[in-house]
Amino acid sequence: MELLKYEERNISPEIPDEWFVPKARNNQAAEAVVRPSLSYWKDSWHRLLKNKLAIAGMVFLVFLAILAIFGPLISPHSVETQKLTMQNLPPSSEYWFGTDDLGRDVFTRTCYGARISLFVGLMAALIDFLIGVVYGGFSGYKGGRTDNLMMRFVEILYGLPYLLVVILVMVVIGPGLTTIILALSITGWVGMARIVRGQVLQIKNYEFVLASKTFGTKTARIIRKNLLPNTMGPIIVQMTLTIPSAIFAEAFLSFIGLGIQAPHASWGVMANDGLSTILSGYWWRLFFPTLFISLTMFAFNVLGDGLQDALDPKLRR
Amino acid sequence: MSTYLLKRFIAMIITLWLIVTGTFFLMHSVPGSPFNEERTTNAAIQKNLESYYHLDEPLLVQYGNYLKALVKMDFGPSIKKSSQTVNDLLGRGFPVSFELGFYTLILAILSGITLGVIAALRHNGIIDYLAMSIAVLGISIPNFVMATFLIEQLAVNFPIFPVATWSSPSHMVLPILALATGPMAIIARLTRTSMLEVLTQDYIRTAKAKGLSPVKIVFKHALRNALLPVVTVLGSLAASILTGTFVIEKIFAIPGMGKYFVDSINTRDYPVIMGTTVFYSGILILMLFLVDLAYGVLDPRIKLHKKEAK
Amino acid sequence: MEKVLQVKDLHVSFSTYGGEVKAVRGVSFDLYKGETLAIVGESGCGKSVTSQSIMKLIPEPPGKIRSGEILFKDIDLIQLKEPELRKIRGANISMIFQDPMTALNPTITVGEQIMEGIIQHEKLTRNQAKRVALEMLTLVGIPNPEIRLKQYPHQFSGGMRQRIVIAMALVCRPDVLIADEPTTALDVTIQAQILELFRDIQKKTGVSIILITHDLGVVAQVADRIAVMYAGRIVEIGTRREIFYHPQHPYTKGLLQSVPRLDMEKGELIPIPGTPPDLFSPPVGCAFAARCPHAMEVCERVYPLKTQLSTQHHVDCWLQDERAKNLVPTLV
Repeated sequence: MELLKYEERNISPEIPDEWFVPKARNNQAAEAVVRPSLSYWKDSWHRLLKNKLAIAGMVFLVFLAILAIFGPLISPHSVETQKLTMQNLPPSSEYWFGTDDLGRDVFTRTCYGARISLFVGLMAALIDFLIGVVYGGFSGYKGGRTDNLMMRFVEILYGLPYLLVVILVMVVIGPGLTTIILALSITGWVGMARIVRGQVLQIKNYEFVLASKTFGTKTARIIRKNLLPNTMGPIIVQMTLTIPSAIFAEAFLSFIGLGIQAPHASWGVMANDGLSTILSGYWWRLFFPTLFISLTMFAFNVLGDGLQDALDPKLRR
Repeated sequence: MSTYLLKRFIAMIITLWLIVTGTFFLMHSVPGSPFNEERTTNAAIQKNLESYYHLDEPLLVQYGNYLKALVKMDFGPSIKKSSQTVNDLLGRGFPVSFELGFYTLILAILSGITLGVIAALRHNGIIDYLAMSIAVLGISIPNFVMATFLIEQLAVNFPIFPVATWSSPSHMVLPILALATGPMAIIARLTRTSMLEVLTQDYIRTAKAKGLSPVKIVFKHALRNALLPVVTVLGSLAASILTGTFVIEKIFAIPGMGKYFVDSINTRDYPVIMGTTVFYSGILILMLFLVDLAYGVLDPRIKLHKKEAK
Repeated sequence: MEKVLQVKDLHVSFSTYGGEVKAVRGVSFDLYKGETLAIVGESGCGKSVTSQSIMKLIPEPPGKIRSGEILFKDIDLIQLKEPELRKIRGANISMIFQDPMTALNPTITVGEQIMEGIIQHEKLTRNQAKRVALEMLTLVGIPNPEIRLKQYPHQFSGGMRQRIVIAMALVCRPDVLIADEPTTALDVTIQAQILELFRDIQKKTGVSIILITHDLGVVAQVADRIAVMYAGRIVEIGTRREIFYHPQHPYTKGLLQSVPRLDMEKGELIPIPGTPPDLFSPPVGCAFAARCPHAMEVCERVYPLKTQLSTQHHVDCWLQDERAKNLVPTLV
């Protein structure tokens, strides 16, 4: 190919001649990493903080926990003391949430309800976590025939309608707080076991885990650096979503008369009591327990959603 | 495909048998006799009653008899409601419950999918946030709370709809709304997520590159694929609607199966508890089976895998 | 030669989590009737974004065409509204995407997916559309088209699916066909068949093809002209002969040295050191300067002017400046 002559070329004379010297070599510039890398948890935490709804949920739950622990202490009224002269009083400075048909303070009872709900939710989540991690982890780790058999069993339990099973168990072992938790745990762990097992199975074969092994990385380091960030995310999300469903189940059971029994305070019991007075205009008796059930479930749900978005490593950009 | 159906059918029967067995022994493991509570019955009468209901026979014999009766679709007599069989109760309650559950499911599916699609198409817009806020609320508010709220607002404060019972279409509005909110919210969220996912797929870009209109792209190319994950949860949604009917029927005094079930729990009427449980489970298993079939119809890839597997 | 498509000074950027990515920074080229223009470059150089901008298929937001003109039959596509654009998409300009496994809708029959394009653009009955679809399947070499029409994508192999995608793109006899890495996802033997099909179709229909690829082997087989892209700009463009035998830009040379060729002496492959620059804040001067073995002070300060080496051959490089010749006399 023939080249065009110098005169015909497009040369800009305004560029000074002294710029036409070889550039000083700087190899690092070409390889420079542009964005700072954040650790997994830090990164997730930053993303969670950006989710205002999730943070609002978290704040509410902290507030609820404080109310559950200290509410009955600061309230001048006790949970079960009946004052028949103080029946069905609307909310006032004396009775913040009003009183019920036996003259009991609705605020104190709501705080007790928070105790029950949070306790049931947390216990159910904890038991699910323990059973699920052990069962699912073992099944996934073992693999093969054991895994197959264990998962068949899980599938059968998974196919059963959760609340129906819980109701049947409650019928057999009778109502009460511990029995609720027991009944919830009988099939509740199944979801967690599936998640853990899936994660373990997947990660066991990931190339990066194999790669770390071939580099001679210590097992503890592999677990901390590779397995934990990848399994903890889905586990935490599953736990935050187990809690509201356990809280719902308790309220549901108490509402239909199978859960916490009458003199004790639970949001489900209070809602059921309040329902019968709906035509009498004692709105506060229904309003406060149902408001608290809904807000609590809402808070856990938005927090769970937020965590899911924040902890999903695939979303990291 | 037909061998696949047969396999599924056998699996259905086995699951149902497991449930029957589980329920039977669970119910019979309750200590004492169901007649114990009534103080009026003396020992002789109790004995008579027990022999009348074959409760004095060995457990395994009772179990065998129960299975035999079940095959003939006979759920046995009620203990507490004398002269009534469980079949009577089911025959009376089921049509009502079915109506409630069916309308609820239809409403939840239609409104949930609509809401989800609109939210996905207006991704990150005001409508999206609004729809998803409604959905989170719908998931968070328990159905019995929703029911009491609706009664308070739309039956008591503004008497637009009747408070309770199940006698005319306007009676049905509140219970169906109360029961449908949760499943609707779940469907809406799932549809939105899956729609957003589908809209980023290559075949959607292909459809755009063909010059198809947005309406065609959404309804012909995106929706069907986006609905696949929604179909898979219909089984468990049906289950939650079913358990929801217990409490909704109780609140609205609807004479359905759920009400009988809750009543039978409170009166410890074991044959009724057992019968309704088995009946419910049968319906749910049938639901799961139908969902599987629907999935096969919606996704042409399913049939091939089954064939290839052989 | 008649120009069917002209791209003038196209700028496209994406707003992302980390800031604005300037993906395409002033791309200009012409496409002549009946030719195949290949756009080559490393992944992330902006070649796919350029091709998708032509049909305005980049997702907006986050993408945005900042400025420039895309002239098709004297109409600026950038100024067109969506409904008008839809009349051009698929009818006058169509597109083939990289992965035939995902480019077809899994739940719609292949026949329907081919036919819906014709029905959209031309006033044809379903029967007539079906006849065109059958013709198209025969053209792209699919046996038993009558039966195949009723099947779903999963019933086809990868190569067959890519043929269907091509049939789909050609069904309205477009003037321009944009193929974005059409063979990357395929086996080598299938690749050759598909490239053969491209040549065959071009001969039969006279369609102009823009071929986006990173594979110089593919380019050598089918391209008439080649545009080399780096960091959102075309750094060199010329005929196939000019680019392969007289590359002027150090990046083009680097690319050619980093792939195996049959005519290469004692096959040593020389990789290009370093990685492409970050397009969040692209360098002021030549983006390749940091990796260039011949980089000068000027390269980092000012973007080089376009030098015309022949009627077809242009290059953006300071080494073309007479003053640089003194420094590296061996280069030219």
